[in-house]
Amino acid sequence: MFRKILIANRGEIACRVIRTCRRLGIKTVAVHSEADSGALHVELADEAVAIGPPAAAESYLKIERIVEAAKRAGAEAVHPGYGFLSENPRFAEALEKAGIVFIGPPMRAVHLMGDKIESKKLARAAGVSTIPGVDAPVADAEEALARAKEIGFPVMIKAAAGGGGKGMRIARKAEEVGQSFRSATNEAKSSFGDARVFLEKFIEEPRHIEIQVFADKHGNTIHLGERECSIQRRHQKVIEEAPSPFLDEKTRRAMGEQAVKLAKAVDYVSAGTVEFVVDAKRNFFFLEMNTRLQVEHPVTEQVTGLDLVELMIRVAAGEKLPLKQSEVRLKGAAIETRVYAEDPTRNFLPSIGRLVRYREPKGEGVRVDAGVREGDQISIYYDPMIAKLITWADDRPTAIARMRAALDSFVIRGIAHNVPFLSSLIAHPRVAEGRFTTNFIAEIYGGGWSPAVPDDAGTRELLAVAGAVHRRAVEREASISGQVLGHEMRLAEDWVARLGDRDHPLAIRPLGAGYAVIGAGGGDCRVESDWRPGQTLFAGRVDGAKIAVQVARAGSAWRLARGGTEIVVHILTPRAAELAALMPKKSAPDLSRFLMSPMPGLLVSVAVKAGQDVKAGEELAVIEAMKMENVLRAERDGRVGKLHAQAGESLAVDQPILEFE
Amino acid sequence: MTDILRQLEDMRAAARAGGGARRIAAQHEKGKLSARERLDVLLDPDSFEEYDMFVEHRCADFGMAQQTVSGDGVVTGWGTINGRQVFVFSQDFTVFGGSLSEAHAEKICKVMEQAMKVGAPVIGINDSGGARIQEGVASLAGYADVFQLNVLASGVVPQISLVMGPCAGGAVYSPAMTDFIFMVKDSAYMFVTGPDVVKTVTHESVTQEELGGAITHTTRSGVADGAFENDVEALLQMRRFFDFLPPNNREKPPVRATADAPDRIEPSLDSLVPSNPNKPYDMHELIEKVVDDGDFFEIQPNYARNILVGLARMEGSTVGIVANQPMVLAGCLDIASSTKAARFVRFCDCYNSPILTFVDVPGFLPGTAQEFGGIIKHGAKLLYAFAEATVPKVTVIARKAYGGAYDVMSSKHLRGDANYAWPTAEIAVMGPKGAVEIIFREDRGDEAKIAERTEEYRRKFANPFVAAHRGFVDDVIMPSATRKRVCRALAMLRNKRLENPWKKHDNIPL
Repeated sequence: MFRKILIANRGEIACRVIRTCRRLGIKTVAVHSEADSGALHVELADEAVAIGPPAAAESYLKIERIVEAAKRAGAEAVHPGYGFLSENPRFAEALEKAGIVFIGPPMRAVHLMGDKIESKKLARAAGVSTIPGVDAPVADAEEALARAKEIGFPVMIKAAAGGGGKGMRIARKAEEVGQSFRSATNEAKSSFGDARVFLEKFIEEPRHIEIQVFADKHGNTIHLGERECSIQRRHQKVIEEAPSPFLDEKTRRAMGEQAVKLAKAVDYVSAGTVEFVVDAKRNFFFLEMNTRLQVEHPVTEQVTGLDLVELMIRVAAGEKLPLKQSEVRLKGAAIETRVYAEDPTRNFLPSIGRLVRYREPKGEGVRVDAGVREGDQISIYYDPMIAKLITWADDRPTAIARMRAALDSFVIRGIAHNVPFLSSLIAHPRVAEGRFTTNFIAEIYGGGWSPAVPDDAGTRELLAVAGAVHRRAVEREASISGQVLGHEMRLAEDWVARLGDRDHPLAIRPLGAGYAVIGAGGGDCRVESDWRPGQTLFAGRVDGAKIAVQVARAGSAWRLARGGTEIVVHILTPRAAELAALMPKKSAPDLSRFLMSPMPGLLVSVAVKAGQDVKAGEELAVIEAMKMENVLRAERDGRVGKLHAQAGESLAVDQPILEFE
Repeated sequence: MTDILRQLEDMRAAARAGGGARRIAAQHEKGKLSARERLDVLLDPDSFEEYDMFVEHRCADFGMAQQTVSGDGVVTGWGTINGRQVFVFSQDFTVFGGSLSEAHAEKICKVMEQAMKVGAPVIGINDSGGARIQEGVASLAGYADVFQLNVLASGVVPQISLVMGPCAGGAVYSPAMTDFIFMVKDSAYMFVTGPDVVKTVTHESVTQEELGGAITHTTRSGVADGAFENDVEALLQMRRFFDFLPPNNREKPPVRATADAPDRIEPSLDSLVPSNPNKPYDMHELIEKVVDDGDFFEIQPNYARNILVGLARMEGSTVGIVANQPMVLAGCLDIASSTKAARFVRFCDCYNSPILTFVDVPGFLPGTAQEFGGIIKHGAKLLYAFAEATVPKVTVIARKAYGGAYDVMSSKHLRGDANYAWPTAEIAVMGPKGAVEIIFREDRGDEAKIAERTEEYRRKFANPFVAAHRGFVDDVIMPSATRKRVCRALAMLRNKRLENPWKKHDNIPL
């Protein structure tokens, strides 16, 4: 076994690998860019080596520097994680030359699976089901019809030079082939100047399901079941789970066997993933093979009880796989959600900044794979993934329930993040039913996402929590010193929760360690919690059921969020509520069309051009003042009109820099 | 007998009706509450004791004799906010437009005198058309009586003005002399001369809102300390603000229970200051992670944003916070920020509130605008305020403390009681680069040499230890332990006694 391993990666995966190494008693070496010198993976590792400037191309992708670091530190092996150099043959070669073991597959397999067309041919030859189609262009409508009948309907006719949906037509029956062929050809010609088209089976209601395979250097190859990764946003996986709620045992076995066949065909070693697309009738077709550890590997670990990183290390050290196919047991269900620094309400615009507050959820069946701590910076240089949240249980509904609870208590402040979006998603009935395809997110949130208004039951619970929270806050206020003796503040029972224009009368009474909130949304609730003013998370029980709610002050109101829903509610005395109803409704203030310089300084750069569309949060200009660079960002979406100042110009306060249309 | 008793009830009902249902409806129409409705939200339920309900004006001219309304346009008395005593006056726009008569002024003066006698703060709600013109000079005398009392009460009991309607002409000078002014957006405005006069005299066209609205006074003029969306929000926030306020110049600030441990460690503060000295960070994070429950009531949040001031609590007890904000103008001191902070420091000193100062200041803002504007005198105000303050003063230097600005920001030399520095602190005459360019003038053209010298200077002086060697900082502390160390320092200082030499009053550079 290795005594020391270098991890050629950063973030959560580097931390993940280091943890396994520690458990195995292996010393670890972290590498880091300048931006990551204080990062968690650096702190966790036994040694750390700086390898260059923040940009990945100058650090985490610099083969020589990493190999040099490994040599100098005396690492016997390198774990590449995923991304960066994990599938780079030159990296593996360089390590080999230096006598350092690459913890991953042989480069021949990486190379063979790296080419989309070649890998498909190889898969077909190995007896793996691929999408039926013709590799050669079809000459005319007649040939297209003949081929379509061979493939079976529906078929997709697509341009050889195609992309972006152009020159693509679907024919569902024989009569449609002629028309589809002609329009696809025409569009292909006009769009790409190349009229050639191919035919391929059209996959209806596609799901993305992948098989985890594992092989050692002694010819043993097994599979560890599947992962369902259909819930994606723009080809980016958002939620993954194992096992798939869709597969039956027969299909699972067939897919597993084919995946093993393919791995064997390329003499695969280490962890690999064979991706399939599965149609509504559970026909499955090979897509590609990923020759690395996948981001979503934890769900497989939770249902198999295996540590895939450990297996990779052992296999790389020449050990045999510790189990045979017949010994692989899949137990329970596991789900992973990917927590990203992106703003779901602003079209998932990446968000950067400091994690002012960061508290991971804890509990039974909850695992968080993260590479950050409170106070860390989410920078522009790397992937915006903050953490992976994994929950598991003996059954899928419990795993989902744990995921919902864990998301509710995940506290992240300082940057925009997608936790509320994930909460909405996981709470969707179609997720519980397992009824989704790769188009799921586009179908339900095609028009964008925003926090939902809770339903009646949700409103009732949140109002009860708001009542309890407010009562605790006023109890605190009433504890103040210096009160007029004999005329101290007496806490009233009667309150009004004002939610938008609606008043909900509440009676709030102490009850045991908590409160009885009477009349919350038409029902009485018992609320228990040790929440104290100032805490961002309310963890407690409403009528005995556990609940976690994110709590923030919004002026004199409370902002409560949970499960992708949000309310802003005032808890007022009945008299104040009556008067609050008289307050005018104000429309949002008209933001000025001008971007003004907020300070006197030097305009260092203008990031936009006239006529350019910008999204809220996008960088517009940089001003240097007092030797500090200040980035000015768009406050909302819009189109840039005239530019009033140029880079290099000195600006006075409130001098216009540019104008919006 | 019962008739007489009923008569009292009838008279009270008439007084409570103010200007009548129609005018109250008109007031609501403008998005404003009536004078009494405002007190209903501000004060604890059933705590209001009204005075002078039956006072009427004494004017007989211009047909005024026939028009009298009980109370004469202002509701006065006392009540409690979370059980603590407060004197209030609330101008009633529905009665003679809230205009100030001699009698109206007498009512205000009466509660102010009472407040001074018993040592309780005064909250005034301003919503008045101005002087009662029919009364002529009697009305002006009334204003002056109020001004005089504002001045006498200043430094004795806190005075807060809540401007919730018009406040124009001479009337502005009463709020102007109180400790804090809060305004309601869109319905409140304050100016010495209104848009019509401005137009005639200077030919400037300007709306009431632009000239003296809440936004103007909280972002441009710095006259007001906070702006709120509507009456109810403003009044509820006043209740929150009042809980921070010390009652008078003789007593200590109030103490409120907290579950926040005084020895709470915040590991993330260790990474707050970026490794690049030219990168800003948000000083709010430091304040919110140090004070009780993250509860910080910021004063003038949108004016002179290069300095942060406001009230918070440590171990339940009120402290005033002053902090440079590196996010804005690198946190430098300029005319506006010096004036803003100086006034706040003096407020804290008046009412026995300890001052906690967080320092990250690169110096004073250079430029003709600053020099012509009198930065010398305005900067001196902050220096003066910190130097004369005798309350407990605890200072934490987070990063830069350069030049004269270092001295100003509650340094040890200005009788700072506990002065701490983070390891990231750079206490020096100026930044390394500037220093080297002066010391090694002859090397100016030689970049390599300058870089080498800069590094040398940085190693030598860009740290807290040079100051620590001399005892100018009492200790170098871990950022994560800031709350714990500050709580300990404030605990040590609870019985601090320090007096300035006897004087009639000081002569701060105004």
